[in-house]
Amino acid sequence: MSQPILEMRSITKEFPGVKALSDVSLTVKRGDIHAICGENGAGKSTLMKVLSGVYPHGTYTGDIVFDGQVVEFKNIRQSEAAGIVIIHQELALIPELSIAENIFLGNETASGGVISWDRANRQAIELLARVGLAENPLTQVKHLGVGKQQLVEIAKALSKEVKLLILDEPTAALNDDDSQHLLDLLEGLQGKGITSIMISHKLNEIEQIADEITIIRDGRTIETLAVAEDAVDEDRIIRGMVGRDLEHRFPEHEPEIGDVLFEVSNWSVMHPMDHTRAVIKNANLNVRRGEIVGIAGLMGAGRTELARSIFGRSYGSRVEGRLVLDGKELHLGSVPAAIDAGIAYLTEDRKALGLNLIDDIKRSITSAGLSKLRKGLTVDQREEVVVAERYRTSMNIKTPTVNEGVAKLSGGNQQKVVLSKWMFTDPQLLILDEPTRGIDVGAKYEIYGVIQRLAKQGRGVLVISSELPELLGLCDRIYTLAEGRITHEFSRDEASQESLMRYMTTSNREQEVVR
Amino acid sequence: MNGVKNLLRGNVRQYGMVIALVAIVVLFQITTDGILLRPLNLTNLFTQNAAILILAIGMVIVIIARHIDLSVGSVAAFTGAVAAILMTKHDVPWVLAVILCLALGTAIGAWHGFWVAYVGIPAFIVTLSSMLLFRGLTLVVLKGATVGNLPSGFEAMGNGFLPDVGPDTGLSNLTLVIAALLAVFLVVLEFRKRASAVRYNFDVVPAPLFYAKLVAIVAVVMVFAYLLAQYRGLPIVALILFVLIGVYGFVTQRTVIGRHVYAIGGNVDAATMSGVRTKRIDFLVMTNMGLLAALAGMVAAARLTAANPKAGTNFELDAIAAAFIGGAAVTGGVGTVVGAIIGGFVMGVLNNGMSLMGVSIDWQQAVKGLVLLAAVAFDVWNKKRTSVGGGAGAEDTAGTAAPPTELVQEIEHAEAPGTEAPAAR
Repeated sequence: MSQPILEMRSITKEFPGVKALSDVSLTVKRGDIHAICGENGAGKSTLMKVLSGVYPHGTYTGDIVFDGQVVEFKNIRQSEAAGIVIIHQELALIPELSIAENIFLGNETASGGVISWDRANRQAIELLARVGLAENPLTQVKHLGVGKQQLVEIAKALSKEVKLLILDEPTAALNDDDSQHLLDLLEGLQGKGITSIMISHKLNEIEQIADEITIIRDGRTIETLAVAEDAVDEDRIIRGMVGRDLEHRFPEHEPEIGDVLFEVSNWSVMHPMDHTRAVIKNANLNVRRGEIVGIAGLMGAGRTELARSIFGRSYGSRVEGRLVLDGKELHLGSVPAAIDAGIAYLTEDRKALGLNLIDDIKRSITSAGLSKLRKGLTVDQREEVVVAERYRTSMNIKTPTVNEGVAKLSGGNQQKVVLSKWMFTDPQLLILDEPTRGIDVGAKYEIYGVIQRLAKQGRGVLVISSELPELLGLCDRIYTLAEGRITHEFSRDEASQESLMRYMTTSNREQEVVR
Repeated sequence: MNGVKNLLRGNVRQYGMVIALVAIVVLFQITTDGILLRPLNLTNLFTQNAAILILAIGMVIVIIARHIDLSVGSVAAFTGAVAAILMTKHDVPWVLAVILCLALGTAIGAWHGFWVAYVGIPAFIVTLSSMLLFRGLTLVVLKGATVGNLPSGFEAMGNGFLPDVGPDTGLSNLTLVIAALLAVFLVVLEFRKRASAVRYNFDVVPAPLFYAKLVAIVAVVMVFAYLLAQYRGLPIVALILFVLIGVYGFVTQRTVIGRHVYAIGGNVDAATMSGVRTKRIDFLVMTNMGLLAALAGMVAAARLTAANPKAGTNFELDAIAAAFIGGAAVTGGVGTVVGAIIGGFVMGVLNNGMSLMGVSIDWQQAVKGLVLLAAVAFDVWNKKRTSVGGGAGAEDTAGTAAPPTELVQEIEHAEAPGTEAPAAR
């Protein structure tokens, strides 16, 4: 065995008041795909930032040996010059520029400052072929889907003669097909001698693709597992990540299901720009009191669109159909009307739609139910703190005080804040769109518990999720959605990943009208 | 000690500006041999800067809501001109003229609000258009000439003083009485705040510190009142200004609508999905700016005892600068009314102090420009210093590669105010 391509020895990185990494070591073998697993806040991204020079040499202690040499990167440029390229989850492409322009951005094929576009485009075509993307290099990036944009990022990395490719949650925003394509591509690159480090929460992907897995917890290396030898499976990884056995990924729950609380009938929604394109087609569904109902669908099936059109028509045009909540027909023309009617909608995109990131925890919690704190003309700011403290305790939001900024919280704690925000409006129906996206196993468990508690209080909960195991574990009933149609209704016992998937991908099959 | 620390931590930016203002005042007090804080000059500080300060109140709210208003100078000139024409050419009583012009300003603001909120044109463009439009209309209304001879009641809005009442003490009695009432009011407010905090079991600053703060409040209010009372008392325009600071400070900090302004500035999409009627807030914020621009225009005309086609030139830039010096962020969601007032005074004292020293107007401009940059640079540096470099939550949310907060702040301040063209839908 040749020497490892990368050795990080005893890396310690401190921020004022916090030790983000303590004595972390990481060894990556040449030509491997090496996965890094850990809960949010464990230190994975910090470690990668140390490696790629985002945190320059001198701000941490420990040694980095890359390709046989001790390296001391002062910035990303130096690490890229050495052949380390990092691809962030949120893509760093410029939408208005073409594929070729993006690939060579900062690395232009120029002579004397003048770019040779012919050469750039020709090289771009070659690079795109290597990542299996059949697109014209002159196409603007904004016209590509997320999956293809991810490939452009990889092509960009290849153009820099990458030796070590670091991918931070590469498949988080991708659908299953695109994810699989990406994983195949990584294996292909592996065949051509490119080493990859992949940070991911999707354990099934890691299991499928990784040669070795390093688990980080609380800023320390816990272990490195060789997938082939150690008989690694998801439970094994989870055990390492949380430091305990997760016997059940879902809390025990005895549903207490009552009468029908919420009913959607003949619901049709047109695209907001194109009034002739149906996004939701004649959907019917209901939620009973105390029931957790899932909506399973692939990306683009119209899950979020369905939810947002219900939530005060915050999406779509020409919305038709009936909404009945608690026996009363609703006519919701706006988000405030929906909130007043007793509907809450937790958005899929926490940072862009769920939170004001420059605000603090208490104000984030009260932001949707602020009228409840009205005292005369004013907002009762004392009561606000009391309310926020109550949720901090009951939701186990990990923060020293409710005056901290929400931006400082980890993803799981941010999600608890957003959930608290909606609980404070005291809704009858909660629509939760990807409630556990991008949050770690421990926090997921807590959030499942909260969802079950909400149902137990007699509320209705509608959960949208891309993770089928989550729906299967959590929901009493599941609807499948494909191309804007509800294709099937499963009871808890009938549903399995395979059966759900069959109806999520159904498209030309005869439509089944749900009772 | 912890109390002081917490107190400071939350408000470093504003306290920083107060300290800067005090430093500038002390500096000029020395370089002008004490002229700066003489009763006459202190009075001038208020009357000279009143229009800008009134605009700054509206402007900081516009900026918090992630917009900008470039038209305020032109709108101020236009409403001042219309008021002058109404009073001198059409014999409209001055009170009625003031009310009509406030309505006119509100209508102009509503015009902006309509385009910004409901059509979705960036405020930068809408108000740039109005900047040209109303400068032109001002010339039309005044036929290019200065219109003077305004009623004395109207002129008092700009350079009048509280009437003399009571025995002749050589001081303005009413000013001292008002100041005393204000001091009592502030003290009562502090006590109530403290009592409520205690009732809710919140941390409060230790009692000695609390009383020291009360003494400081009373002392500052009474010393200023005494200085003003030595000349002719409280300028009416200062009274207007204090009322506005009180009202707008209250609205922005304590009411639901104020909270919503901050919410849409911080993240308009999140606000929408939380049930904030974002378009209505945008509309109201722009409309309010029109109202305050009209008031500022009339105050300016009253002080100069004439409406002038060139009145209000560059007011918008001074008001914007005041808001930014006072801690507002270009990207919205951050800023306070009190901050903007302090920012306005920083510039006002610089102007006044340099004038007293005989520094020419061109150099004054240059210095003000640098002060704006220095203030914002201080802000960026200060935030970097106090933020925990992405510490505790360094790896929040699935390693999403949000740029470090310092970087964001750098970017938000790197943009010139002019480049803000928020994509309000």
